[in-house]
Amino acid sequence: MLSATGLGRCINDAWIWRGVDVQLMAGQNLAIVGPTGAGKSLLLRCLAGLDSADEGRIAIDDKPLDEWQMPVYRARVVYLHQRPALWEGTVEENLRAVFHLAAHRSKGYDRSVAIRRLEAFDRDGSFLEKNAVDLSGGEAQIVALTRALSVEPSVLLLDEPSASMDATATEQAEELVARWVAEAPGRASMWTSHDAAQVERVADHTLTLDSSQATIS
Amino acid sequence: MNGYLQIGYTQTALAGLLIVANLVLSAALRLGLGRRLVIAALRMSVQLLLIGLVLKWVFALENPLPVLAMAAAMTAIAGVAAVNRTQRRFAGVYWGSLVSVSGAAFFVTGLALLGIVRVDPWFDPQYLIPLLGMVLGNTLNGISLALDRFVESLVQRRDAVEATLALGGTRWEAAHDHIRDAMRVGLIPMINSMMVIGIVSLPGMMTGQILAGAEPTDAVRYQIVIMFMIASAAALGAFGIVFFTYHRLFDDRHRLRLDRVRKVVA
Repeated sequence: MLSATGLGRCINDAWIWRGVDVQLMAGQNLAIVGPTGAGKSLLLRCLAGLDSADEGRIAIDDKPLDEWQMPVYRARVVYLHQRPALWEGTVEENLRAVFHLAAHRSKGYDRSVAIRRLEAFDRDGSFLEKNAVDLSGGEAQIVALTRALSVEPSVLLLDEPSASMDATATEQAEELVARWVAEAPGRASMWTSHDAAQVERVADHTLTLDSSQATIS
Repeated sequence: MNGYLQIGYTQTALAGLLIVANLVLSAALRLGLGRRLVIAALRMSVQLLLIGLVLKWVFALENPLPVLAMAAAMTAIAGVAAVNRTQRRFAGVYWGSLVSVSGAAFFVTGLALLGIVRVDPWFDPQYLIPLLGMVLGNTLNGISLALDRFVESLVQRRDAVEATLALGGTRWEAAHDHIRDAMRVGLIPMINSMMVIGIVSLPGMMTGQILAGAEPTDAVRYQIVIMFMIASAAALGAFGIVFFTYHRLFDDRHRLRLDRVRKVVA
């Protein structure tokens, strides 16, 4: 589904990584592992088209990235920031505002779906009234994940999605994503995590980023 | 009530003694401002005396070229000064500022000279230079406030901007709130001064005309024209620089390019 071949990224004349191949098939959960500073986030950002790669090509469904209109592409390949970034307003306004974007205007905000997703985290409807600035880091990650799922992407690029969550919420997030991938055809997820146990739990494939060469297993 | 009382150099120097009050205060309270105060007072006097000589020379020439050269120099200085007051720079920002300042100021001043005040000849420096000067000063303010706010807001709220992009938002959707905010900030001084003008403050140009013997009602009409010119030029200039910055900091692949921004210590 999402494929990248020979990707390389060079910053200040040094290759962060080079010759990276990624093959993400529908139904897969791929984890990117590597030491801190190996450029895991950068790779996800490149795949989301938020950063540019210096060499190599990225394609989804065999159509190269260059030929996509970026908003359309990113509506399908959604990247979730490591630091969850919510907009001003309540949780519900955050979940609703995403449907004001032209790319998602054809879909509509469905309160019951939002509540159902939040219930997976033991949060009820009153959580929707909370102001985004009052949320803890973990709660903000829950909202960001719920918001990303609500636009029905094909690929979720998850950059340390549970870094600020407690153990229970982490487990719930992993379960939610696994269920979401399995629920319908044509969905896949990609993870980065500093937690080896989490990688073990969520990933059916891993890609190791290790100073300028990558191996897939 | 025509004419005015002239002030000679001796009287001007006499007024300089007023600054002694500041020096005494600074010394008594150990504010350490004495040196800077003297330098500022000297700079102010020298700059104004020089510009007085230049204006006298240009006025006497009755030739459009030196007038236009002076207008161009004033505009260039305003364009550079607008950027120098901001904390974050990116390649091309000076050009963007120059184009915004000159576009807004020349358009508005030109319209006023030809269409409203109907000066003949159009380059008559008695009108062109002071009108342009007032427009430039305020456009400069609008531009530097809007520019500073826009870039600062993108840097501070970078995550939220990128979240919009990452969820499939266009660059316009991601930037829109920040553009609106920058425009609002750029126009605040303009709106504030129009609100209180004549109540709290009597504008310098109007008081100047009255001191020079003009009818207050004539001076007021001039001032109203000026205020409209200033308001429109500041808005055009602010929009120009924000639009330019938007195109520099969001590329056509809908990416936020803060890698192009660097911070300078002002």
